[in-house]
Amino acid sequence: MDAIILQTFNGLSLGSILLMVSLGLAFAFGLMGVINMAHGEFIMIGAYTAYVFQEAFAHSLGGVEAGVWFVLAIPAAFLVAALLGALMEVTMIRFLYGRPLDTLLATWGAGLVLQQAARSIFGAPNVNVSSPIWLQGGFDFGAQLLLPYKRIFIIVLVAVIIGAVYFYLYRSANGRRLRAVMQNREMASCLGVRSRWVDASTFALGTGLAGVAGVALTQLGSIGPSLGTFYIVDAFMVVVLGGVGRLPGTILAALLIGISNTLLELGTSATVGKVLVLLAIIAFLQWKPSGLAALQTR
Amino acid sequence: MAQKFRIARGWGKLWRIGSLHSLVALLLLLSILAGCAAPAAPAAEATEAPAAEEAAAPAADAPEGDTIKVGVLHSLSGTMSISEVSVKDATLLAIDEINAAGGILGKMLEPVIEDGASDWPTFAEKARKLIQQDQVAVVFGCWTSASRKAVLPVFEELNGLLFYPVQYEGLETSPNIFYTGAEPTQQIIPGVDFLVNELGAKSIYLLGSDYVFPRTANLIIKAQLEHLGITLAGEEYVPLGGTEFSTIISKIEEAKPDAIFNTLNGDSNVAFFKQFKDAGFTAETLPVISVSVAEEEVRGIGAENIAGHYVSWNYYQTTDTPENKAFVAAYKAAYGEDRVTADPIEAGYFGVYVWKALVEAAGSFDVDAVRAAAKENDIEIAAPGGPIKVDGETQHMYKTVRIGQITDDGLITEVWASDGPVKPNPWLKGIDWAEGLAEGASQ
Amino acid sequence: MKNQNRTFLALLMRWGPFLIITALFLLAPQFISPFRLSQLGKFLTFAIIAVGLDLIWGYGGMMSLGQGLFFSLGAYGFAMYLKLLASGDKIPDFMFWSGLTELPWFWAPFSNPLFAVVAALVIPSLIAAIVGYFIFRSRVQGVYFSIITQALTLLTSIWFVGQQAYTGGTNGITNLGSAKFFGQSLLSTGVQTGFYLATVICLALVYVLARWVTDSRFGRLLIALRDDEARVRFLGYDPVLIKTLVFTLSAGIAALAGVLFVPQVGIISPANMGVVPSIEMVIWVALGGRGTLIGAIVGALVVNFGRSYFSETYPEIWQYFLGLLFVAVVLLFPAGIVGSLMQGFNWLRIRIQGEPMSDMTEYGTTPYRPITLGHSASNLSAPAAPAATSTSTATSATASATVSSPSSTTATAKGGS
Repeated sequence: MDAIILQTFNGLSLGSILLMVSLGLAFAFGLMGVINMAHGEFIMIGAYTAYVFQEAFAHSLGGVEAGVWFVLAIPAAFLVAALLGALMEVTMIRFLYGRPLDTLLATWGAGLVLQQAARSIFGAPNVNVSSPIWLQGGFDFGAQLLLPYKRIFIIVLVAVIIGAVYFYLYRSANGRRLRAVMQNREMASCLGVRSRWVDASTFALGTGLAGVAGVALTQLGSIGPSLGTFYIVDAFMVVVLGGVGRLPGTILAALLIGISNTLLELGTSATVGKVLVLLAIIAFLQWKPSGLAALQTR
Repeated sequence: MAQKFRIARGWGKLWRIGSLHSLVALLLLLSILAGCAAPAAPAAEATEAPAAEEAAAPAADAPEGDTIKVGVLHSLSGTMSISEVSVKDATLLAIDEINAAGGILGKMLEPVIEDGASDWPTFAEKARKLIQQDQVAVVFGCWTSASRKAVLPVFEELNGLLFYPVQYEGLETSPNIFYTGAEPTQQIIPGVDFLVNELGAKSIYLLGSDYVFPRTANLIIKAQLEHLGITLAGEEYVPLGGTEFSTIISKIEEAKPDAIFNTLNGDSNVAFFKQFKDAGFTAETLPVISVSVAEEEVRGIGAENIAGHYVSWNYYQTTDTPENKAFVAAYKAAYGEDRVTADPIEAGYFGVYVWKALVEAAGSFDVDAVRAAAKENDIEIAAPGGPIKVDGETQHMYKTVRIGQITDDGLITEVWASDGPVKPNPWLKGIDWAEGLAEGASQ
Repeated sequence: MKNQNRTFLALLMRWGPFLIITALFLLAPQFISPFRLSQLGKFLTFAIIAVGLDLIWGYGGMMSLGQGLFFSLGAYGFAMYLKLLASGDKIPDFMFWSGLTELPWFWAPFSNPLFAVVAALVIPSLIAAIVGYFIFRSRVQGVYFSIITQALTLLTSIWFVGQQAYTGGTNGITNLGSAKFFGQSLLSTGVQTGFYLATVICLALVYVLARWVTDSRFGRLLIALRDDEARVRFLGYDPVLIKTLVFTLSAGIAALAGVLFVPQVGIISPANMGVVPSIEMVIWVALGGRGTLIGAIVGALVVNFGRSYFSETYPEIWQYFLGLLFVAVVLLFPAGIVGSLMQGFNWLRIRIQGEPMSDMTEYGTTPYRPITLGHSASNLSAPAAPAATSTSTATSATASATVSSPSSTTATAKGGS
């Protein structure tokens, strides 16, 4: 029984991590048709923002263990990544709308530059971001069952982000404009929506979410210049499996991949588990080429 | 009027028919030119080409002058750069020191740095470039086994010389490679012995990246465990760069081993130790011994996540020798107070001195002469990690085995050491339980 | 008689530059150093992949991220032969480390060079044909096609890494140096030059084949599919068949490149199979110019020589230059190097003689026209261009009316259509 609960929890946790890294991509790719290969690098920027906050402010804000710096790093990483994303949108992406494959090339180049920049600024070796005391350890439910706080934290964080994104898209004036532009750009422009502004802000929102994911991932993985490359392919799988442009599909896809990956891995090995999951994704896309969202709309 | 059009059309036809292809011709010619212009000295190349062809041992007839070129080939970009950049720094430090002290045989060393970009065919290409194009006397470089295997045929074909600074899985010797890192009998096998003899482990779990070094190392360990009568609690491999360990940690919980032998590579270590600690394990309840985690990796993992666990190497920043004090001070002075030294960094550093000693013994930079010098003389140097002796037969080093424990400040203190340097035995000769492995090795 | 001369001249004009360039490449071993030659040989195998990718992407509109897979499978097939040759009567070293004592059954036939080459070409093509058939049958298009091929590549490379005993794991198949050809080592200059020449000839043949395919009726269908698949289907053609065929062809071409790659580089590993190399292949084609064939070759050579130039000159910061190069080309030359040159050339031509190069398709040079995805940035600027074209076509029509020669009227007729 314990083993089943633990494994379900592990699956949920992996799903939440996948969702975290792919949510921002779902914005850029799903809503705007931009294949942002530099998405992983924005995750990396978020992680380094957390590192900078730890180095710069941990002492003045009650020490590393108290974790005030960590809480502050989350909005800060959002801002830093969003600003850099906006910069990229203004200087590069906006010339490429309607040419999704060209965005792939240009953002790939931008990704190389960002990686090298991280290497030049922070050095090539990995850096460490410590955990606040309240993220160490976990809920102990007896012999075999211990649920780490960090994983629970990430699940909660993802839930909060999804709530915020939902609110932004469907309950705010900005979100309404965004949806209007995505549905019919000309009409929206005619009615006075500044579509340029909407483009820039949507892209920045996507990269900002990547930044937040970066802060959360510092608690589980390594922080180095090529951090983003570990997540980018998985993120694309999630978005495509979910169905491009469908937020509920993305959520479902992330959880499905997460749970099936952990279950298959338990039965076999990490390598075989991953291969089986990929096979399943391919088979599913054969069957429903437009992803999980197709199941919902029909 | 008509006449004018006729001329225009005539040109038009030429343009139309030939257009694309003359364009292409131009472009391709340009690209060939670009290809030839890529080397630093394009003009010299055409004339040098025949010379390069016959010069199988380029170092032998290296140009007369005050400098001699040495190659430094590491991944400065890509995933492996997290580890390799520091080794490159240490190698350059040794080169600078040697130059400051007057060079070798009256010549100054001129480093030629190349980026292997964490890509094995790129390593092979750059190795060829260093030997054929730059005619370097020696190359210091590589980290992963895969990159070493990729460049090995190039070094053998062109009779170059490689100093390889990282511990590896053994079962290899090449007349063109000097191995300054440990082979299994100097790291892995003593590590297992330590778990069994000192920590009293009765069942051991093997965890590694899905990669040649861990798989081959575990093959050796499994033979050893069988010989020692120790239970193999489990064996798991994670795809390279994997960051998700929740399921593997569950499996480890289930298997209840006494200790874990960890051959994870690079970034995966960070994720593993962070998640391992969160799952409630400590070094007291389940000790982990690692062979790819040194001081620099500890910094990335965070000392608080790994303190108390064990590592097996030949050198630590805390190793107490006068040479090490000087080395650590010089390294920090050159690259910053916050930098740490580690075993591969040290091996990348003293490798240059080993080469210097060999060249001076040979009285020549020639590869064959250097190799002969290694066989004929007992070359010994005082490395930061203690005395090093070159084994002329295998071209490996005699090294002292040191088991260390990670402390709260991110450094490593020695808890066990071998009695003096251990003779290298990359083919595991004469070890009866490794017979099956050694058998084919001796072929 | 005069006409015959003219066609001969036209043929010479058309293929002359191609022959000259091929000859130049064939003569290259005389002029450049062995190192540069080995580099050039490697990059030319990349150019072969690029031509195949251009067929399916530039002409067929399907961006395959699976070329790395087909390339590597071809390379593995031939590497197996070379490894067996290099190992003599022993089993390959990596099998031994992995605990095998006997050669696996599927390795055995690869000791025959003919079988190895044929298998190296046929197996990837077959995989492409089967996978392609199922993908295209379920009408998977655009980005989904790219992602499926990417997933396929990823899972194969993970699987190859995991099967160390049979594939050499992460190291791949390497240390082929002791393989002997006619008594000479694989890595000796003589054998290497031989493989280089074979590469040049294969590239030339692949180019001619691709040119022939794109100039044929089949090629036009392919372009039609790219631009409007539904219409082609309604006209009674079977898009599944056409797409599967071209996918298989491009996979076979990539596999051929793999066969030529291995002996020259001496290593093939799952790292060459993965996602990143496949994306880089796409970049070569995009940078050179989609839908131009020549652009693919130019792109592969320019990117790779650029990469090695930058990394040799600035080993520690070269990624800045490469990254900025990609960005700059995409922003400033969206049609790629060759595509942009052709556009500029066309512009010049209109300036000089008032006639657009409207018969581009006749030479199979159809630059990729991106399909808009809801955004109409390109639509806004579109109206201006056709207007200019139609006026200039009108001028050239009057021109051909005044001076009538049989061949020129057909040319303008085509131009007008």
